[in-house]
Amino acid sequence: MAAMNILETKGLTKIYGGLQANTDIDFTLQRNAITALIGPNGAGKSTFVGMVSGRTTPTRGKVFFEGQDISTLPAHKRMQLGMAYTFQITSIFPGLTVEDNVALAAGRKLAHDKAAHAAKTAAVLEKIGLAERADQTAADLSYGHQRVLEIAMGLAQDPKLFILDEPTQGLAEGEVDAFVTLMRSMAEETTILLIEHNMRVVTDTADHVTVLDQGRLLASGSFEEIHADPAVQAAYLGTTADV
Amino acid sequence: MDWTKSNALHIGTLVVLFALFFILPAYHVGAFSRIMVLAIYAIGFNLLFGYTGLLSLGHAMFFAAGMYGFGLSMNLGGLSVLPAFLIGVGAAGLLALGAGYLALRTIGVAFMIVTLMFAQTFYLVILYYGEYTRGDEGFIIQQTQRQIAGIDLTTETARYFTAFILFAVCFLAMARLVQRPFGKRLIAIRENEERARMLGYDVARLKLAALVVSGLFSGVAGAAYALLFGYVGASFASVQYSIFPLLWVLLGGAGTTVGPLIGVIFMFYLIDISSGVTNAYMLVAGLALVLLTLFAPQGLAGTLRKRALPWLP
Repeated sequence: MAAMNILETKGLTKIYGGLQANTDIDFTLQRNAITALIGPNGAGKSTFVGMVSGRTTPTRGKVFFEGQDISTLPAHKRMQLGMAYTFQITSIFPGLTVEDNVALAAGRKLAHDKAAHAAKTAAVLEKIGLAERADQTAADLSYGHQRVLEIAMGLAQDPKLFILDEPTQGLAEGEVDAFVTLMRSMAEETTILLIEHNMRVVTDTADHVTVLDQGRLLASGSFEEIHADPAVQAAYLGTTADV
Repeated sequence: MDWTKSNALHIGTLVVLFALFFILPAYHVGAFSRIMVLAIYAIGFNLLFGYTGLLSLGHAMFFAAGMYGFGLSMNLGGLSVLPAFLIGVGAAGLLALGAGYLALRTIGVAFMIVTLMFAQTFYLVILYYGEYTRGDEGFIIQQTQRQIAGIDLTTETARYFTAFILFAVCFLAMARLVQRPFGKRLIAIRENEERARMLGYDVARLKLAALVVSGLFSGVAGAAYALLFGYVGASFASVQYSIFPLLWVLLGGAGTTVGPLIGVIFMFYLIDISSGVTNAYMLVAGLALVLLTLFAPQGLAGTLRKRALPWLP
């Protein structure tokens, strides 16, 4: 089982003052699949991935990555083990060129090998469709392109696990379509944990869905199973939800 | 291509500095010896401030550590120039490591205050041990001691070229360093620290490394100052000498390779010329600073890069 699940959490809990943001979350994530984490606002989704990525310190509980207990590792060490993370609010290096942004992401592993580093950077820019804007300053990109750039920075790291925190937030319809296509192509090489509000993106991409509500793990399964689950209907989707 | 351009710029700068010795009258040759030494200090400060985005208000302690490490090991330890120089630089590096280890737990304004306090402590320690350091009065390093392999470093020629060689080494080393992955990572921290961390970079370690390298350069400048001008004094450890590199780098252009040198030249001649015209030369200098800040907020080289020469390293 440990080899099958890339990520596992046991009893993961975060308490802010009197507020239980996450309560005893036991979660497993399957390799080479897209898993969507959904739930109403304030359900604790960002807190949860914060604890997985190391940005947030849990009150208690454990996180295992590929069977290894990473609960006490700082965020950058977790990234070095093969995680990548995109922020809910776009986080890039605004003063640097698009190319430098991607090169920095690729450079942690490849900086010692100039040729491989340049090739990787070029390949990612090509794949993501930003090759023509490589010399542009990142701050000058449109919002949609900045989001894509951040995903490019994730890809450039060749992550085993790619955590995407609301990647389509604020994107136009057409951009969302392009994003769905991109996600599908990424799923062949990596495992994706996706926090998403847009149900269309979830149905179009996710192999598994996990629902959080009020800091607790409510249900887990395929989209159909989740949709049929009475508890989920009550808490989140609503019995008459049109999906 | 940009790489070639920046190399041309760096080599060109050094050629000009070399040629200045033969062109300039004696007074300005002396001035440029001093400018080049101070520019090394500014280059060190720029790595931390301009590239890494960390504002230290305590860099005088590293400059002074180099100066006193060198001066005391010559005068009290009886060492010759080279080992004393290494001790001075080493002292600055060690101090940067220790102070950085503690101060880098803070960020922003707190970091400024903590570094300032460290530097003040260092300054007071120098005064406290006045028996050895001669306190405010300072001490002279005799002409007979300031020699390497029989070359008297107190002559105008030897002084200029010693300063030139040290500057050239530091200037080129720093220009190279900031183009390498290490430099790029520091820039990443300046641009977006959290993003850098979430790309898997050990931000705390990189910052400490930047501070140590910055301290080493400052130490080289401090030791070189004592060596070439023969004086070691506590005023070089005062707050004023922590503010100077900030001004130089801001004026010249933070985060550019040539900015620190330009800033030192500009400040030096601004004060030099205005003090020849009026007693209120600080007023003139202050006014010029305000105008520059208003109209060229990224410094001379920084504004040039933005307006005309985007390749400027």
